[in-house]
Amino acid sequence: MLGLLLSRLATAIPSIVGVVVVTFMLTRLLPGDPAAYFAGLAASPQAIAEVRAKLGLDKSLPEQFVGYIGDLLQGNLGSSLSTGQPVVAEIATRLPASAELTLFALIVAVAIAIPLGVLAAVKQGTWIDHLCRVVTTAGVSLPVFFTGLLFAYVFYYLLQWAPAPTGRLDVFLSPPTHITGFYLIDSALTGNMEVFWGALRQLALPAISMAIFSLAPLARMTRGSMLAVLGSDFIRTARASGLAPRTVVFSYAFRNAVLPVITTLGMVFSFLLGANVLVETVFAWPGIGLYAVNALITSDYAPVQGFVLTMAILYVALNLVIDLLYGLVDPRVRLDA
Amino acid sequence: MKRRSFFKTGAVAGAAVAAAPAIWSEAKAQARNETLLIVNESPPNSMDIHGVGANRPAYEVSWNTHDRLMTYGAKKDANGNDHYDYTKLEPELATEWDLKPNSVTFKLRKGAKFHDGTPITAKDVKWSYDRAVSVGGFPTFQMKAGSLEKPEQFVVIDDNTFRVDFVRSDKLTMPDMGVPVPVIMNSELCKKHATAADPWAMEWCKNNHASGGAYKVERWQPGQEVVYVRNDDWKNGPLPKVKRVIMRIIPSAGNRRALLERGDADLSFDLPSKDFAELRKSPKLTVIGTPIENAMMYLGMNVNQKPFDNVKVRQAVAYALPYQQIMDSVMFGQALPLFGGADNKFKGVYWPQKDGYKTDIAKAKALMAEAGYGGGVETTLSFDLGLASTNEPLTILIQESLGQIGIKAAINKVPGANWRGELLKKNMPMITNAFGGWLNYPEYFFFWCYHGQNAVFNTMGYKNPAMDALIDKARFSSGPEYEAAVKGFIDMAFEEVPRVPIFQPLLNVAMQKNVTGYRYWFHRQLDYRQLAKG
Repeated sequence: MLGLLLSRLATAIPSIVGVVVVTFMLTRLLPGDPAAYFAGLAASPQAIAEVRAKLGLDKSLPEQFVGYIGDLLQGNLGSSLSTGQPVVAEIATRLPASAELTLFALIVAVAIAIPLGVLAAVKQGTWIDHLCRVVTTAGVSLPVFFTGLLFAYVFYYLLQWAPAPTGRLDVFLSPPTHITGFYLIDSALTGNMEVFWGALRQLALPAISMAIFSLAPLARMTRGSMLAVLGSDFIRTARASGLAPRTVVFSYAFRNAVLPVITTLGMVFSFLLGANVLVETVFAWPGIGLYAVNALITSDYAPVQGFVLTMAILYVALNLVIDLLYGLVDPRVRLDA
Repeated sequence: MKRRSFFKTGAVAGAAVAAAPAIWSEAKAQARNETLLIVNESPPNSMDIHGVGANRPAYEVSWNTHDRLMTYGAKKDANGNDHYDYTKLEPELATEWDLKPNSVTFKLRKGAKFHDGTPITAKDVKWSYDRAVSVGGFPTFQMKAGSLEKPEQFVVIDDNTFRVDFVRSDKLTMPDMGVPVPVIMNSELCKKHATAADPWAMEWCKNNHASGGAYKVERWQPGQEVVYVRNDDWKNGPLPKVKRVIMRIIPSAGNRRALLERGDADLSFDLPSKDFAELRKSPKLTVIGTPIENAMMYLGMNVNQKPFDNVKVRQAVAYALPYQQIMDSVMFGQALPLFGGADNKFKGVYWPQKDGYKTDIAKAKALMAEAGYGGGVETTLSFDLGLASTNEPLTILIQESLGQIGIKAAINKVPGANWRGELLKKNMPMITNAFGGWLNYPEYFFFWCYHGQNAVFNTMGYKNPAMDALIDKARFSSGPEYEAAVKGFIDMAFEEVPRVPIFQPLLNVAMQKNVTGYRYWFHRQLDYRQLAKG
């Protein structure tokens, strides 16, 4: 198992090297002059030249690249100019915010999509099947930022059910003691129920808007895959042998239908990390997507590079986890094949 | 598969989320009353105004947490709202000063302390001024605008006496000591964190304060919020009324508006003109719009390129702009017109002022024909995508109007990060842009925007020795001679019209009815010290 893990990780190295080179080149190719931007309103050409020298942008590209790689090997991703903070520290505080939101949204989506998909397949053609169709069509056709804005308008502005969309916590609550960076987990561990409820309330709307979007592919995939399995010979045999319908559906059909669902889950998860950007903007969520967008707008190289690199590593890790999950769920899948 | 338990837990959690009440303890409600919640679009990037690339929100942090030697007095504007008064310098850390032709001597307040309890002395003032003129970049540039150029100018006489020697007689020297840049920093504390490579402790000051102002930063989460508490030992002005200030970043303008309307936030600046126009009608909110001093939105033409090297073409453009339409459907009335004056002449020593141009397509066409461009001409009109909410509709209206006089302008959208670089190149034929100067003197604006020194804000590349002579004369003269020079360059700017003034923008702020004491400042950031709630 360990050997397998290591060989898998080794294959990821070329892609990460590629990502490092490409992001470095791309950020330099972008139009825009960070020195002119950061020199301020009343800058003279010589003031801009001073800023350029300070930022090391007056050096040649290969020199800048060597410097960048050197820093990278020491775990230093540079400093963001627009927030003034080291990129590593910023990503470390912002990634848990994004991850908490994405995971929570995914759990909500799975909790709804899988039962819905299973029921729609089992009771094909009934109202629940139609419901599934309506929900999935609505889900894919409503972009996340739209549902986000709509929810904020209806549930906060009109109905006042949801708290003000001001980020991870109400303005008057202090963040819980830092353990994992996930507010729900940290506050539960420290027994701070007030913060736990506060964080959950803030999380509800953005997570639900993301869940609605990711629900669609999951539910459709579950339904389709279940239908295929339910129509196969061994299910007919099981039914003919007089097994209870629950045993047939859950023990036999569902376990066989779950593999493509896991693949979709992986895709949806990586997609959600990207979709975060919009939800984070709408709900003032201090996550990694918002950080990257702000950095792009100001031609702030270091955070953009740090963001892309972090995402690349996340994707690699995610793919690895999905591959390992396959093996656990279905013994027919051979990882070393 | 535990389908039932799935549903059960889902339902229970759902019900709990919906039912969880807003848990407001007694103490919280109290805290809410003593706290001012401000929601803004962009976060500060530094706690040090001298830092490389410190942005506008960083000026706000600096303004409220630091003292300067002097501050500006206040007056009421035309609508009865508080407005800083650029003609009146008042004591802050300095209690009095003795202004002589070649120097000024300040007496510092006795008993004034930094946040860590160290007394503020003249050596701290000198260290801070030395820092501002030495670190380069924006702070050094701003100091230079008031002829504050080298450390030798700043002299410590004793602990409570500080002298500034002048390198030349410049009427901007004294006002320049009241702008956000020359803040007084705790020199001993900074020196502890200085290194040989970083003698001014720039690195440490980015995230830490060495200040003594009316507010202290209690918590700063970069990109998210700044939480301030009042410095109860502050001696350099009347004690502020608000105990705590929270500045939260809410990137979506719609949500900022929703927070204000629901009463969850107390104050916000950054909203689109349309929202402000609508919020003005709301009975729950106060909206104050103050014309931004020394600022204008304008159309600039590159005088070094055809066809705009011809003054007749520039005048034709000035007669072709759809001014009133811009006021109504781009700005929703949230601006002051700078067009349609009685004539095209100087109207007094103030800036910006109305010129004599108004929409007159027939006259514009005649001017185009006179210039020899009756057959039409093609060009591009560029704008900063970073300010697209105003610029986009503005340029579309302009494009349509120019089409009527035979100028076919393609619209070129420049990304915000790229805009400054493009301005520097000075090869865009036509742009819409805004500029505002901190110090409210016509010659200050003209020095940046029309002078042949060709600063980045002279976006038209306009060079005219006669204009330069008048601007230079105005900078270092007074009385009738000064007025004649100002009249000279304003008349010339209107006649030559390398930039067409369109409107003077308003600085809008929306706040709850129970928030009072708002004061307009030239730096266009919020001063928490005068605000009161309740």
